Amino acid sequence: MHRTRVRIVEGALDANDTIAKANRADFDRAGVAVVNLMSAPGAGKTTLLERALPGLAGVRVGVLEGDVAGSFDADRLSRLHLTVTQLNTDQGFGGECHLDANMVRSALPEVPLDEIDLLVIENVGNLVCPAEFRVGEDARAMVCSVTEGEDKPLKYPLMFRACELVIVNKIDLMPHLDFDLDRLLANLEAVHPGVPHILASARTGEGVDAVRDWLVGVASRAPVGA
Amino acid sequence: MHELSIAGAIVATVERHAGGSAVTSVRVRVGRLRQVVPDSLAFCFGIVARESVCEGARLEIEVVPAVLRCAGCGHEWEIQEPPFRCPECAGGDVAAVRGEELEVESIEVGEEQPCTAPA
Repeated sequence: MHRTRVRIVEGALDANDTIAKANRADFDRAGVAVVNLMSAPGAGKTTLLERALPGLAGVRVGVLEGDVAGSFDADRLSRLHLTVTQLNTDQGFGGECHLDANMVRSALPEVPLDEIDLLVIENVGNLVCPAEFRVGEDARAMVCSVTEGEDKPLKYPLMFRACELVIVNKIDLMPHLDFDLDRLLANLEAVHPGVPHILASARTGEGVDAVRDWLVGVASRAPVGA
Repeated sequence: MHELSIAGAIVATVERHAGGSAVTSVRVRVGRLRQVVPDSLAFCFGIVARESVCEGARLEIEVVPAVLRCAGCGHEWEIQEPPFRCPECAGGDVAAVRGEELEVESIEVGEEQPCTAPA
């Protein structure tokens, strides 16, 4: 058999990034700012959104809810009269463990971009893959709960370096845990120097105002919509 | 675990360039900051490649060392592990010069030759 080597030199994620740019152009045209919210499973993303989003003064919010299967989180958020769109990843290759630009694109016809100012994309719970795939967002943030331990920034630097805000959640549980907050923050600083963090408890509401302020700040980044 | 997603992205990239020819090997460059485990990537590639032009192809992985540059003092160094902080001036505003690569460098395609009698 005759063999020929063909030079390619193309980023394996270029196709994803091209679609992410198309998403971004759609968001910009509609004047919608987009947050990609990531975390490990069970870190409290949905509870935090339930708590923070209803109080966003002057900002119309939509949520795109990514899950491997089911609509449990979307159902919870819908009760708050938010605009929620469910995006399940269980078509195609098993159930994808993350959202990519194409999955978000396929869901966009269901998202009423003209009726919102801010879209929060709640990614699939996973500390690895979501960090690889841009979806057209303005900002990436992650929720890291104290029950996950202090070492996570060192184990998942890709994720912790990918986001511009880290929300340390479930701080109300600290009295019951052998959790060293200073060590977590030192590890975070080692992996992503200067990244801002918010100490929060979606349960007690502590720190939720700061999360709202950050979301309002992201919403103001959108270009003025047509 | 993201090796499966990355393997899928590699196969999709190769398919766009292979023009339907069977691919015998794929050479990829993976930066160390990508946190890819080469053995795991090769394993996942073997699975994702089934029933594609990459079926049976060998995956050659070149791991690219991570080199950071400090925006403050311009120092460049190879980083093995955190902290992501300049060892010269302790600045935290650092960016990767190398180590974030995730690219398909080349492929080898096989073309069946007509069977000829030995001379």
